[in-house]
Amino acid sequence: MRTIVCMKVVPKTEDVRFDQQTRTLDRSGAENEINQPDKSALEMALQLKEGHGGDVVLLSMGPSFFEPYLRLGIAMGADNAILLSDRAFAGADTYPTSYTIATAIRKIGNFDLVLCGEESSDASTGQVPPGIAEWLDIPQVTYLSQLNIEGSMARAKRTVKGGYEIVEAPLPLLASVELGCNSPRFPDFRRKRWAEKEFKITVWTAADMGVNPDKIGSKGSHTTVDELVELPRPSRRMQRITGSPEEEAVLIVQKIKEAFGS
Amino acid sequence: MQDTTQVSEFKGIMVYLEHSAGQLESVSLEILGKARELAERLATDVTGVILGYDIREFGEEAAQFGADRVLVADSPSLAQYTTEAFCNVLAEVVRDRKPEIFLLGATHDGRDLAGRLAVRLNTGLTAHAVQVDIEPETNLLVCGVPGFGGSIVARCKCPRSRPQMATVRPGIFPVPERRPQRKGAIETVQVNTGQVRTKVVERSVKAGVDIARAEIVVIAGRGAVTYFDSVRKFADSIGSAIGVTRPLADRELMPRDYQVGSTGIAVTPKLAIVLGASGAAHFVSGIRGAKTVISVNKDPDADINADADYFVVEDIGRLLPALLSKLEGK
Ligand SMILES: Cc1cc2nc3c(=O)[nH]c(=O)nc-3n(C[C@H](O)[C@H](O)[C@H](O)COP(=O)(O)OP(=O)(O)OC[C@H]3O[C@@H](n4cnc5c(N)ncnc54)[C@H](O)[C@@H]3O)c2cc1C
Ligand SMILES: Cc1cc2nc3c(=O)[nH]c(=O)nc-3n(C[C@H](O)[C@H](O)[C@H](O)COP(=O)(O)OP(=O)(O)OC[C@H]3O[C@@H](n4cnc5c(N)ncnc54)[C@H](O)[C@@H]3O)c2cc1C
Repeated sequence: MRTIVCMKVVPKTEDVRFDQQTRTLDRSGAENEINQPDKSALEMALQLKEGHGGDVVLLSMGPSFFEPYLRLGIAMGADNAILLSDRAFAGADTYPTSYTIATAIRKIGNFDLVLCGEESSDASTGQVPPGIAEWLDIPQVTYLSQLNIEGSMARAKRTVKGGYEIVEAPLPLLASVELGCNSPRFPDFRRKRWAEKEFKITVWTAADMGVNPDKIGSKGSHTTVDELVELPRPSRRMQRITGSPEEEAVLIVQKIKEAFGS
Repeated sequence: MQDTTQVSEFKGIMVYLEHSAGQLESVSLEILGKARELAERLATDVTGVILGYDIREFGEEAAQFGADRVLVADSPSLAQYTTEAFCNVLAEVVRDRKPEIFLLGATHDGRDLAGRLAVRLNTGLTAHAVQVDIEPETNLLVCGVPGFGGSIVARCKCPRSRPQMATVRPGIFPVPERRPQRKGAIETVQVNTGQVRTKVVERSVKAGVDIARAEIVVIAGRGAVTYFDSVRKFADSIGSAIGVTRPLADRELMPRDYQVGSTGIAVTPKLAIVLGASGAAHFVSGIRGAKTVISVNKDPDADINADADYFVVEDIGRLLPALLSKLEGK
């Protein structure tokens, strides 16, 4: 069984600063990380591999600074890593992003499962996974928290408003995996050294993949971002309430009453 | 493939009407209200589209909430939401009717559907918008898309293809007034579900939870897990709704519908009482709309303190019993 895990590298949310003057994001001080739901997707892929054999391929579209994070995924247990990297991919909205990734998935070939995260922690549209499924013309299950494979059928638990549903679908299938549905493993120490020093990441450019140049990057995007606006933080009083627990309780009850104007 | 760049051929505003447990989703009504407003600006009309089985009465209801016309796709094959059937049917509807704007609710199903449909229709899609406007100079749809946990909003447009698609975050816009005398044209849509490869074999859904509009919400974070029973008692004793941070929903302590934050609900109460949450950006964006925030955290340096009107540095295990006995005392 072959599982392809789509992985995005994102800046840690709390590290991103907004520059009011230029109205741009300052990521210079930001540490990056593997998008957390994608780690859950990788963990799910590795568990499936333990039960069913096969291989796990990491796939990411982004600049070369993504490489150490792909190596981290390899150290966790993935077998292969492909980075789609080309200036022509830059400025992509979700339409060209899903197109480019889907084209790479076709090129990898022979896959049974494509696992994504439910959404990224930065742009967080959640639109890339269903987009990929459409380009590949395969069924999709989004917001998945459990997945069992039996033969060529998948059985998935999917979150919906008010509860969940159990969905059955034939492979190949695309699923987007919920953050927190498992506890991603730590990288194996010895494997980590090998992944950092010896493992070779495959890099594909637009030319390597034979993508339609009109459908990638900013040129292929249908949406444009006019400007970024930082929502003003609601002004809060930040008043500390102190005392013994009993005294604190009295003050809290008082504040509750005040909030309702009595 | 249809040429979606012939923008002048596309007219009107279409709204996808979602329903569950025999009720139109609140977000669909919210969007109808917004769509009416946009329609006035563009001097055009609002078309609702609804898919399901035995759903005809929703047509009139949607008209009373603001649709000029409602397209009803009624078929046993649509009794349950499946991505492919709904996407196939809606793609045909959109190709046929050519709306310039197409809005859907950013629910699980709405996002699942919209993401696929936009690629099928060869057009742009903006995600879980919290602002929905018309740009005066161009008459283009401009949506505010929150990112980075919800603190930064990207103003997105879809200038060159149609329809301009967007999903709209639930709980942001008000539900419009229902006008029982308002009538709309109800039209039946041909249903051709095409190939459907997924099958829903079980569905467990409870209706009626909507903490987005609660007047008071007690929110439990990871620091309150051990005391969750007392948290419930506390919430009950002050007549409060209950919410949780993401890790508690992940652990299925409460269903996802009670989760507050960027991947959950944005609450808008008069008062939110946050117990044992650290104040991560993805969480705090969910309590932006709270008028007053009280927080309890044993860590004097917790980030949440800066997002609270009143904060108590205390162990919940010590404070809750005192609170409960104080409340029982009256
Ligand atoms: C604030 C902001 C708002 C935006 N709003 C929109 C919008 O409304 N509409 C729009 O079309 N674009 C929007 N964009 C552009 C969008 O960020 C890019 O298209 C991006 O390449 C993918 O979108 P995402 O991060 O939302 O992915 P999501 O769809 O949220 O990602 C879900 C999953 O898809 C996979 N995935 C996503 N990107 C990659 C990648 N590069 N490599 C490998 N796997 C990946 C991962 O598994 C990920 O967990 C916005 C960008 C910003 C910064
Ligand atoms: C893409 C993405 C989307 C996300 N969406 C959401 C979302 O919608 N909602 C959400 O909540 N999170 C979301 N998160 C997760 C978020 O980043 C945080 O991890 C999460 O909010 C932390 O939850 P918490 O504050 O309950 O737990 P923690 O961060 O572990 O904080 C627990 C707090 O409790 C305090 N505490 C512990 N014990 C006690 C005690 N006995 N008495 C008093 N205080 C105590 C501690 O001091 C600590 O501050 C998202 C993350 C990502 C990457």
